[in-house]
Amino acid sequence: MKSIAAKKVIALTGNDAVAEAMRQVNPDVVPAYPITPQTELMHKFADYVSDGDVKTELVLVESEHSAMSAAVGASAAGSRVMTATSANGLALMWEIVYIAASSRCPLVMTVVNRALSGPINIHCDHSDSMGARDSGWIQLHSENGQEAYDNVLQAVRIAEDTDVLTPVMVCLDGFIISHTIEPLEVIPDKTVQEFIGEFRPVHNLLDSDKPFTFGPLDFHDYYFEHKVQQIKAMEKAPNVIESVGIEYGKLTGRKYGHVETYKTEDAERIMIALGSTCGTVKATVNELREKGEKVGLLKIRSFRPFPVKEVREALAGAKAVAVLDRSASFGAQGGPVMMEVRSALYGETAPPIKGYIYGLGGRDINPDHIKQAFDEVKDMASSGKSSDETGFLGVRE
Amino acid sequence: MPSIKELSKREELLTGGHRACAGCAATIIVRQVLLAAGKDVVVGCATGCLEVVTTIFPYSAWKVPYIHNAFENVASTISGVESSYRSLKRQGKIKKEMRFIAFGGDGGTYDIGLQALSGAAERGHRMLYICYDNEAYMNTGIQRSSATPIGAATSTCPAGDEIPGKVQYHKDMTKIMAAHRIPYVAQASPSHWNDLVKKVEKALSKDGPAFINILSPCHRGWRYPMEDTIEIARLAVETCFWPLYECDEGTWSITHTPKEKLPLSEFTDRQGRFAHLKEYPELLQSGQDEIDRRWREIQALSGIGNLCVMPCEEAGEQN
Amino acid sequence: MKAKGWKDLAIGGRIEEAGCAEEFETGSWRTFRPVRDEEKCIHCLRCWIFCPDSAVLVEDGKVTGVDLDHCKGCGICEKVCPPKVHAIDMVKETDLDKEE
Repeated sequence: MKSIAAKKVIALTGNDAVAEAMRQVNPDVVPAYPITPQTELMHKFADYVSDGDVKTELVLVESEHSAMSAAVGASAAGSRVMTATSANGLALMWEIVYIAASSRCPLVMTVVNRALSGPINIHCDHSDSMGARDSGWIQLHSENGQEAYDNVLQAVRIAEDTDVLTPVMVCLDGFIISHTIEPLEVIPDKTVQEFIGEFRPVHNLLDSDKPFTFGPLDFHDYYFEHKVQQIKAMEKAPNVIESVGIEYGKLTGRKYGHVETYKTEDAERIMIALGSTCGTVKATVNELREKGEKVGLLKIRSFRPFPVKEVREALAGAKAVAVLDRSASFGAQGGPVMMEVRSALYGETAPPIKGYIYGLGGRDINPDHIKQAFDEVKDMASSGKSSDETGFLGVRE
Repeated sequence: MPSIKELSKREELLTGGHRACAGCAATIIVRQVLLAAGKDVVVGCATGCLEVVTTIFPYSAWKVPYIHNAFENVASTISGVESSYRSLKRQGKIKKEMRFIAFGGDGGTYDIGLQALSGAAERGHRMLYICYDNEAYMNTGIQRSSATPIGAATSTCPAGDEIPGKVQYHKDMTKIMAAHRIPYVAQASPSHWNDLVKKVEKALSKDGPAFINILSPCHRGWRYPMEDTIEIARLAVETCFWPLYECDEGTWSITHTPKEKLPLSEFTDRQGRFAHLKEYPELLQSGQDEIDRRWREIQALSGIGNLCVMPCEEAGEQN
Repeated sequence: MKAKGWKDLAIGGRIEEAGCAEEFETGSWRTFRPVRDEEKCIHCLRCWIFCPDSAVLVEDGKVTGVDLDHCKGCGICEKVCPPKVHAIDMVKETDLDKEE
């Protein structure tokens, strides 16, 4: 596949960028239900449907639970299916999210990250997608609109890979990315079609000459084996994520992997984050580097499957690590990212590490907060001792 | 309308070897429906008796494409299947004529599945939704649903010292679906197989949603001898507890009029779930009054009689 | 059916062989077996259409027998046979064993 000479740079919100990617993928069926801040994504896509720009059957269901139910039904019936939601919408479809994964439906769902109620809050945090981290879906996080667009296109390839056949959740920060206009490069329609290829369904209920049963009852004699199949498929996902990311890089000049390291090679203190906050961290890293501080960012793109190898490699030379979580796991040893990172470092030569929770319910995170965290872990760097206490950035006592 | 002999020459699409209780009406219903529908269908099933007994891994009794997803969403799941068909047909990727049938128990239809069914009906998918109504959550142990009729004892509303079983009427689900203004809505019974088959054929010919509510007697939950399943269904029809009617593009008609409308007690006396009603004659009377009211409604909708004429003293005084 | 391991099972819980429940024998559930009198039977096929287990065998519009691998002995067939015909009797399995 040759590199594309003609690329287009346009200004789009994150939501519109995803809608554009979906238009180019041109899925057979999209069932969806509106929820802030995903709504404009749906509106834009609905425009495409009404204008006949896509062949998609848009199913405007009466709840998110029905959205995922219809998605599973359509996927089982041989269609390429996509959908999108946020927060409580994801929570409402939770039951079926698990079933989509266990049924091995290669769905692609964009999750415009928003805080789970309660209290009800429509702004950005990661509690929604983190709540689904055990559902069996692959989860990719996007730093900006460009990544959201790129991730959606790659997600189709990753989900449909015959070694994987696992649905993919593409996450982008609600409002911060979904509603912010940024310039981004889109690739031509034909290139997208060539990249994703024609859909070759594994499940096709519509072939009544080859009837099969989808969604049986398992007793204790089979459930475990079916689950192990899912685990094994997820173990194959890292290689596929990587190879698709390399191929995409050849096509666009933007290569993707499981993580992105930013000035970590000689960094003494490394911060770990997901999503749009990585942009803020990068800017702060640049500022601190001007002052001679050796700091860096490890951005995690693929949260599921968790990139253990890449995390160990990136942190190998660090003297202290600060992990930022934009969701809490009450009663656990820190937020979800903290727990994964600490677990990845177990048994390795691990630098001292401290977890922070920030930005819940859309609470802003700014360079001062980043500097605060980098500052606080300075002592850890010299003492060599980890902190068991979770820090909070931007909370009033 | 095929004769019984013609139907017998068609392929059996539900095999033996499923684990339904001996004498279960649900599988009789499925057999009759699939004999009418043929093999170019996709069947969806809500979690419940039918789903559990027919698909215990690695066995499946279904010889047609079949999907089970969860309890409350067979209507939205089949909406998805049907949408895929629409999309792929529109793209020229599929040419075959196919139909889509969703089976749900009363639990998965009247209660937890109501939203999904209502949504699917409003969106106009070309699908047939069949409720096999055994009037309780049978698979999980006979718990009451909103389809459980007044006076019936269930495991969650047992007839005890203080409370005589269920004290609410059962939902009039068929009328709720008719209110969605879908092309075809009907009530049927496995005892009247000819009427049932006709209704399924009619439903499948409609270019839009159809709903058929089929009474499915359950000898475990209703407490009657298993060989009486068809007889109990017949009595339900003859007492007008379960009238057979249809609303076809807005036109109502009664498709079977009992020669003699039997009292409700002919139906309830045969079932253990109503045994305590001898101590609560007023509850049985409530049930009778409600059945009579609904029968009058159906008659009036079908052009027989008048809903305004109440056979009671107050009405007489008002007149 | 021998239980497969995770490597050999179809993915996603798919059951590939539609109708393979036929391999599962429910005939052992019976305590009563339907015995049909060929002379009396008028082949109205009511027993066939009301059987929950697809166990009444019909060929060319005529009842030919009962699938004893699957018949659960519910007795519906005896009940729905027209009263004037009464071609089916539910006979206790253990009585049949004695006869044999």
